[in-house]
Amino acid sequence: MDTLAIRCTGLEVRYPGRPPVVAVRGLDLAVRQGECFGLLGPNGAGKTSTIEVLEGLLAPTAGAVEVLGLGWSRDATRIRERIGISLQETKLPEKLTVLETLILFRSFYRGGIEPEQAMQRVSLEEKSGAWVGKLSGGQRQRLAVACALVGDPELLFLDEPTTGLDPQARRQLWEIIRGFREQGRTVLLTTHYMDEAERLCDRVAVVDRGQVIASGSPRDLIGGLGCDHVIEFSLGAGANGVPSLAQLGALPSARSAREEEPGRFSLAVGELHLALPALLAQLREAACELESLSTRPATLEDVFVKLTGRHLRDDEARSA
Amino acid sequence: MSPLRQRLRRSPLLQLWLARFRELYRDPSAIFWIYGFPILMVVALGIAFRSQPVETIRVDVIAHADAAETARLLGRRSDAHLRLQVAVHPAELARRRLRTGKTDLVIELSRAGSGGGALRYRFSFDESRPEGRLARAAVNDRLQAASGRRDTAQVLPDRRTTESGGRYIDFLVPGLLGMSLMGGGMWGVGYVIVDMRIRKLLRRFLATPMRRRHFLSAIMLSRLVFMLPEILVLLLFAYFAFGVVIYGSLLTVTGLILLGAFTFAGIGLLVASRARTIEAVSGLLNLVMMPMWILSGIFFSWERFPEAFHPVIQALPLTALNDALRAAMLEGASTGALLLPVAILAAWGSVSFALALRFFRWS
Ligand SMILES: Nc1ncnc2c1ncn2[C@@H]1O[C@H](COP(=O)(O)OP(=O)(O)OP(=O)(O)O)[C@@H](O)[C@H]1O
Ligand SMILES: [Mg+2]
Repeated sequence: MDTLAIRCTGLEVRYPGRPPVVAVRGLDLAVRQGECFGLLGPNGAGKTSTIEVLEGLLAPTAGAVEVLGLGWSRDATRIRERIGISLQETKLPEKLTVLETLILFRSFYRGGIEPEQAMQRVSLEEKSGAWVGKLSGGQRQRLAVACALVGDPELLFLDEPTTGLDPQARRQLWEIIRGFREQGRTVLLTTHYMDEAERLCDRVAVVDRGQVIASGSPRDLIGGLGCDHVIEFSLGAGANGVPSLAQLGALPSARSAREEEPGRFSLAVGELHLALPALLAQLREAACELESLSTRPATLEDVFVKLTGRHLRDDEARSA
Repeated sequence: MSPLRQRLRRSPLLQLWLARFRELYRDPSAIFWIYGFPILMVVALGIAFRSQPVETIRVDVIAHADAAETARLLGRRSDAHLRLQVAVHPAELARRRLRTGKTDLVIELSRAGSGGGALRYRFSFDESRPEGRLARAAVNDRLQAASGRRDTAQVLPDRRTTESGGRYIDFLVPGLLGMSLMGGGMWGVGYVIVDMRIRKLLRRFLATPMRRRHFLSAIMLSRLVFMLPEILVLLLFAYFAFGVVIYGSLLTVTGLILLGAFTFAGIGLLVASRARTIEAVSGLLNLVMMPMWILSGIFFSWERFPEAFHPVIQALPLTALNDALRAAMLEGASTGALLLPVAILAAWGSVSFALALRFFRWS
């Protein structure tokens, strides 16, 4: 099982323009056969550019790419027969029905599964005769995945398959992806949801500004933080004697402290039972009014924050 | 599932074609733009350009002591094919009416000598307008006849070509047919391609093992089928409304129509092969079609242009199509006589298709 489904080294993508945009700068990736691999990164990190090079849709400015042991320049058609993809945004013909769309895509492949079977895999049988234009966002996304599955691929590329979907629709898609992986096949997906990467992916590469800044299994990456928990708290306005970040960082088992916005702090700690009482004692001593306090296990989000000092998504900083 | 149905399901060419076909017939507004609009245009043009049996010529006489008498003289004798509509106006108004095209001819009266001599006429008209020249000749004829001219050459009653085949409408219909084949083919293909490019559907197709040639062929084939109803309605309308009939072989005419549709679908494909926005493709399509609208003999024969331009004009695909359609429909020309225009059309179509296949932008 140590053959690689995807190998890419020194990948660089530069979009011409004034000034030119370097979307990917020296990215290395090795995806093993049979794993679900996630590219995790914020908007504009270069995830789509990377995956489109791997899909053979975009010529890289530099770097070497190998998909299923083949190269795009010589074996494009052979690779295409063996991969399935879903683009970040495709508007499938609105006036075709679900089944007609799948029959159309199936006709492009030499081998594959029956269109009805693909429909069943993504639980769209009931919508078989419905026009694509009349589907909900989640159903459309499932249809896009079905179009990727209909050629019975060994390798599946999914670019942000769950962005914009509600939690239930996201879980449905995760089940489909897990089902595919359980057949021993490979998935490469991009996402900027850290929970998706944590629950779905065997390994992830955290991408920022066109480079991989960390990679490994979600568990190892989080473990590498050296802290299992995060304490988040906010102090009342006008509080005096607010502890400094240095003071907070010196609390027992604390690894790092951040002030997310004025009066709102997050503290990464190794052991909750040591850090929490000490924090409360300090706040009492300083006579600070505590407005709220919560604790949660560390996530990939914290890995990203630690590496870049920024959040994966802007809204997460506020809602957290 | 029967083996045949299974085979049809696996044919990318058929499935791509079916997809186009379904998208069209399930979209009523597209149907209007593809069929309704060209037909409406043909109806409007057909009515505007139908041959008028009685020509009305408008003549203004500038106010003068003898103006009423002259007007009476001109209006008196009527001719089955020419009617004069005479009015008396002050000089200023009459000239303004001439300038703005409200009258075709202005007659100014005067007396020779110091007022007691013979009545003299002076005609003013716009020489570049056929109505002006016609009015001058007709009015001159009547005035000469009224003042005693005798025509001595013996002319038997006219024999007029009002039977179908020789009228203007018979000339016009093949031209309109060519024009709608051009417009329908280029818009039909060009718009669809750019729309699919914007929707990233082309990119999605590219990511499959689909053969590019299947895709482009399906688009062109769908044009061939879509234009059939359009052409049929046009020909039936021309037959029932104006009595336009096809003199030549129906098979030849059908073949020419299919070839024309293929050629313009190919050119449409080439025009749309790199455009990224609807605006860009619209501009390009108009740029390509405009010279042919003017030069290719839709409304009048291209032979009226200076001879130096003729080789260029004849090489245009719409000229070839219009000429071939006219020859086949009006004269019943044999296949041999159509060889040159057919070759020109086929060359435009296949070279465009090949270039489109080569330069096509999928994203
Ligand atoms: N066609 C293009 N022309 C110019 N610049 C581009 C083009 N496509 C992407 N970029 C730029 O390249 C960078 C990376 O874009 P990319 O789409 O790969 O990011 P992404 O990680 O997929 O982001 P998102 O999560 O928003 O989808 C961005 O700064 C983007 O503006
Ligand atoms: Mg993206």
